[in-house]
Amino acid sequence: MPQDLGALGKITKEVCYATDSSGKYVTELSNGWKVKTDALDVAWKDVEERIAAAKAKVLRGEASALLFFMEYRLMDMSILSDYTGYWKWQIKRHLKPGVFKRLSESKLQKYAEAFNVKAEDLKTMTVHEA
Amino acid sequence: MKLDFEHRQSAHCESGVTSSLLREISEYKITEPLAFGIGAGLFFCHIPLIKINNGPAIAFRTFPGLIFKRTCNALGVPVVRKKFSSKEKAEAFLQQCLDEGKPAGCQVGVYYLSYFPKEYRFHFNAHNLIVFGKENDNYLISDPVMETTTTLTSYELERVRFAKGALAPKGQIYYPDSTAKITDEQMRRAIIKGIKNNVNQMLRIPGNFAGVKGIKYTGEKIKKWRDKLGLQKAGSYLAQLVRMQEEIGTGGGGFRYIYAAFLQEAHAYVQQDELLEISNIFTQAGDLWRTAAVHAAGIYKGRLGSQEDFNQMGDYLAEIAELEKSAFNALKNIKWK
Repeated sequence: MPQDLGALGKITKEVCYATDSSGKYVTELSNGWKVKTDALDVAWKDVEERIAAAKAKVLRGEASALLFFMEYRLMDMSILSDYTGYWKWQIKRHLKPGVFKRLSESKLQKYAEAFNVKAEDLKTMTVHEA
Repeated sequence: MKLDFEHRQSAHCESGVTSSLLREISEYKITEPLAFGIGAGLFFCHIPLIKINNGPAIAFRTFPGLIFKRTCNALGVPVVRKKFSSKEKAEAFLQQCLDEGKPAGCQVGVYYLSYFPKEYRFHFNAHNLIVFGKENDNYLISDPVMETTTTLTSYELERVRFAKGALAPKGQIYYPDSTAKITDEQMRRAIIKGIKNNVNQMLRIPGNFAGVKGIKYTGEKIKKWRDKLGLQKAGSYLAQLVRMQEEIGTGGGGFRYIYAAFLQEAHAYVQQDELLEISNIFTQAGDLWRTAAVHAAGIYKGRLGSQEDFNQMGDYLAEIAELEKSAFNALKNIKWK
């Protein structure tokens, strides 16, 4: 039974099934396993890279801040479309910096709710959480 | 208000919820492995062309919702299951369940699930938990993967019950609608039915990317990943495979250990010694999945990376496919007494 402290292990131990010395299955609590903690780290490293790339693109004026928040919230076009109720083609338009700048308060508010941030932080790419 | 409900931690959310919701009428007979096995939970599927979180779409278990449905079905227990388009109606129905003294299972998304560690929050919408009470604005939650019970405010619960994206829960709520006690004979029949279901699912499913054939298919794909995707992305793909296999909720070894435990427990109701021997094969399969995961970790951590290493990874999966095929064939050939 692996006991390598992972992200989940800090919050809760997890139940695993393993055999005892007589070969009978019992449940045991595990703190995690290095192999899968590493797998999770790889996934988040990829996400971090995508966020950084998106941020750079926004700063270069090639995309609106929506792109940053989409990567930050791991949302693709269809998830964001489901959360906001906008069609994908509308979101595509809103990804253009010029169009995004002229969005109404109420439209911004919809995006803010989907991303769980304040509307005024949308334009500045500010996130208030650890 | 707090219903009389005993929280129990389990490995996998849906089989844990199923076992908990059936605890009273089964008088503790339906354990987590029995729910998983009767619900024919073991599976493998690699959907081509679709990407999840920018990686391959691979699952080691059956489709969400099926374990509860099939378990109750096989036991002959009627089920109430509802989805909602209105958030208000969804909450009102939950409140009504609690008023009637029924703990209710809810399908939720984990992305905005506040008590989950941040590292685990992906847009995964097929998580399950039980609501068993409400105090002020806080719902009392029994989440089977947590050690203890937790709470969610009404807003937080609404948000996860109406999470968006693939497999959106749409406020889905469910519970067994029966108070009749489950007999040993019902258990026996349900176990046999569950095994037959799982045999079909792993051996007879059409197409080459699901069931035991799917494991081989993924193995062959993996051998091509290095050339096709480049080393870094191929490593990320393998990391995703390992996460689906070992992550929270699998009980380890891509659910193979839970299934092995199921066959052992099944033996108490269906006295056929083959079950114990076949259980051992699933333990071997679980061990081999773990060996493969260690090898994969060598690749995504950068210790390994040659084409030979990818071939070896693919060969592990081919070997596992053969092993599981033999196990399910043995289950198929049991002459039920």
